[in-house]
This record gives sequence, C-alpha cells and structure tokens, in this order.
Amino acid sequence: MTTPPVASELGLCLCHTCGLACDVTDNPHECERCGASLHRRKTNALARTWAYLFAALAFYVPANLLPVMNTKMVGAGADSTIMSGVLEFWEAGAWDIALIIFIASIAVPGIKFVALTLLLVTVQRDSDWARKERSKLYRFVEVIGYWSMLDVIVVALVASLVKFQALADIEPRPGILFFGLVVVFTMLSAMSFDPRLIWDNTPNQPHNEEVTDEAPSH
Amino acid sequence: MATTDQLIICEHCDCVYEKVTLAKHQKTLCTRCGGVLQRYNGLTLQQRLALTFTALVLWIFANFFPVMSISLKGLKNSATLWDSVIALSLGPITFIAMVAAIAMIIAPIFQLLLLIWVLSFALARQRAPGFRFCMRWLETLRPWSMLEVCLLGAMVAVIKLAGLLDVLPGIGLFALAILSLMMIRIAGRDIRELWDVL
Repeated sequence: MTTPPVASELGLCLCHTCGLACDVTDNPHECERCGASLHRRKTNALARTWAYLFAALAFYVPANLLPVMNTKMVGAGADSTIMSGVLEFWEAGAWDIALIIFIASIAVPGIKFVALTLLLVTVQRDSDWARKERSKLYRFVEVIGYWSMLDVIVVALVASLVKFQALADIEPRPGILFFGLVVVFTMLSAMSFDPRLIWDNTPNQPHNEEVTDEAPSH
Repeated sequence: MATTDQLIICEHCDCVYEKVTLAKHQKTLCTRCGGVLQRYNGLTLQQRLALTFTALVLWIFANFFPVMSISLKGLKNSATLWDSVIALSLGPITFIAMVAAIAMIIAPIFQLLLLIWVLSFALARQRAPGFRFCMRWLETLRPWSMLEVCLLGAMVAVIKLAGLLDVLPGIGLFALAILSLMMIRIAGRDIRELWDVL
C-alpha cells in the first residue's frame, strides 16, 4: 500500500479550527475561511507539553497525599484522601464503584503521565518505532482526558448535600483543588502535543504528486 | 489537482485525501495512522436545531431542579448543580469551583446558545452574524464541556451517600442523563460541516 501524499508536499496546511485544507504557497498567517491562525505544526509543541506535564506531576503528589474531604458524623470528624475513599468502597463490598473511582482518579492520570512521556521521548529521538500504535495511544490519551474530573464532581455534590450542622457535615479539603489542577494540566499537556510530529521524518516517503482516493470505507 | 475544499487532511499525520460521500454507518480512516477522517452524519439542520432546543430545555431542568435529595433522621436536604459549585467555592479552594462551573454549567449552555444562533440562521441558508467567532468558540468549548463525567459523578455520589442515609435521585439527575447523551450527538465535531454548506 502506497502512502498518500503529505500536506507539506502539496503546499497545504490543515486549519485546526474549521478543518479546511489551506493553500500555503504564499504563506498566509490566517485561515481564509475561519480566520484562525495557521501553523504547520503546533507552536512549541514539545516544550509546552513537557511544561504542562511537569506541572501536573507536581500537583499529583499533594492531590494524592492531602485529604479531599472531611466527613463529620455526630461531632467526630475524619479526613479522607482519594485512595482511602476507594478502599472504603472496596471493604464495604462495592468493588465496582471502587474500581470506577480507582480508574478515573488514580489510573487515568497515571496512564496519561506514562503515555505522554513515552510520546515526547520517542518524538524527540526521531524514533520510527510503532508510529501507528503511538498515534493510537495519543488518541486514547485524548479520549480518557477529562474522566478524572469525576472525583471533583463527587466531592462537590456530596459536600453540598450533607449539611446538617452538628449531626452530619461534609466539607471539601484542599486535596481536591490539586486534584482538579492535575486534570486541567494533563488536558492542556495533551492538547499542546502535536501528533503529526510522530510522522515527521518518515524515511523513504514516496513523492507521488497525484492525490489518490485511498480512504477505505467500513 | 482538485480544489482545496475537496481535500481532507488527516489531523493526526498530515496525509492528504479527497473527500468521499459516505453512506449510513460509514466512516473513512487514514491509511497511514488509522485516525478517523470523516464520519457519516445523519442529522439534517432542522433535526439538529430541534434537538438543540430540546437540550436547552433539559439544561434548564438539570440546573434548576435538584440532582438529588437526601434525608437523615427527619432532616431533608437537596442540591442542584449550582449548589455543588457553591460548596466548592467556600474556603481556600475557590479556583476549582470555577473549573467545575465551566465544566458542568457554563460550557454546555454556551455551546447550546451558540448552536441555536448558528443553526437558526443556517436554516435560512445564511451565515449568522459573527459566524466565524461562534464556530471557533464551539471548537474551543468542546473539550471543557464534561456533562457525561458529571453524570457519572452524580451517580457515584448517589451510591456513596446511600450507605450513610436515604438518597432520592431528583429530576435534575434524569435531565442530566439525557442531556449528556444529546450533547455528544449535537455538539460533536461534525458541526464543522456547516462551513461547507453555508
């Protein structure tokens, strides 16, 4: 199977906002259709992705160590962290809920850190290892992106409901702030990465000038 | 070479293809990286606008009616989405309340209002005033609109509290469930096709 032509060979550039194939032979700065600025690749993709990733990693520590909420039942208060919340469900026999929270809050950010680091390192080394699989990995990171917000929403709802003064009271704690920041920064990190970098410097690219209709239909 | 608006560039690897017309349930994939290039979209403008108005009504229900209510020894309490944002904003962690408000309330309502504006004019085959601006904001808002996460969060909260006290899911929760599914259908990437038809 021959590789279809690449945008730069045809003097084209994709507009990320409206999806138009823009003719960039005379170097326009904006998309003629929607007015968004045009970049052949996202600006400073690698540096930005690393920066957001490190910021997220720094927040990941307090997010897991600090309590996310405080439950006060008849006077006696108890802080709980994300992990203790998971364990509570597990011990109560609700393994399915425990698993949902564990995946959304601990596994998803963890997978994102590993996946983005892997993508960044391989791109920086101009690796030609498993390009297609790495593309898929990036799309997976984009899809799982916001599911970690789950715990923030759970804490918000629970804290707003359980307000019975002395009898029972639940309050959010700073851990949830750091947790939310981890989600926001990993999302920004994934958005800054440019998956097209994975395919740059592909060896022996065929220089066919003709645009062929290669899209298979399923 | 064909004119550029008949071309489609894979956003994941920059390969260039010609657009094809798709039949029901079909999609085209990039041969090099496997990313989706085009997906069949069965919604007409009228249908999409009708669904958007439905979603707007559901948004009102999801936001002005309690998501759930609880009772403990005769005491009752209920919370709407906005109440939960307020609960986060008290104390030193106000910033996260803003993120939650954007994700659960603000981004979805702006998406709906922009869609109604753009689609109403599209019915008359013309571009709405500020069309470019609206379309760009629809692209920007999409990743930050997290209604489906919000729905799962509300369900987890119901189960979490059910162990402690009596929990009753409210109208808001059901509205939220349907709204989150509708948003996936009406506010997805395929609204970009408006650029081609107008």
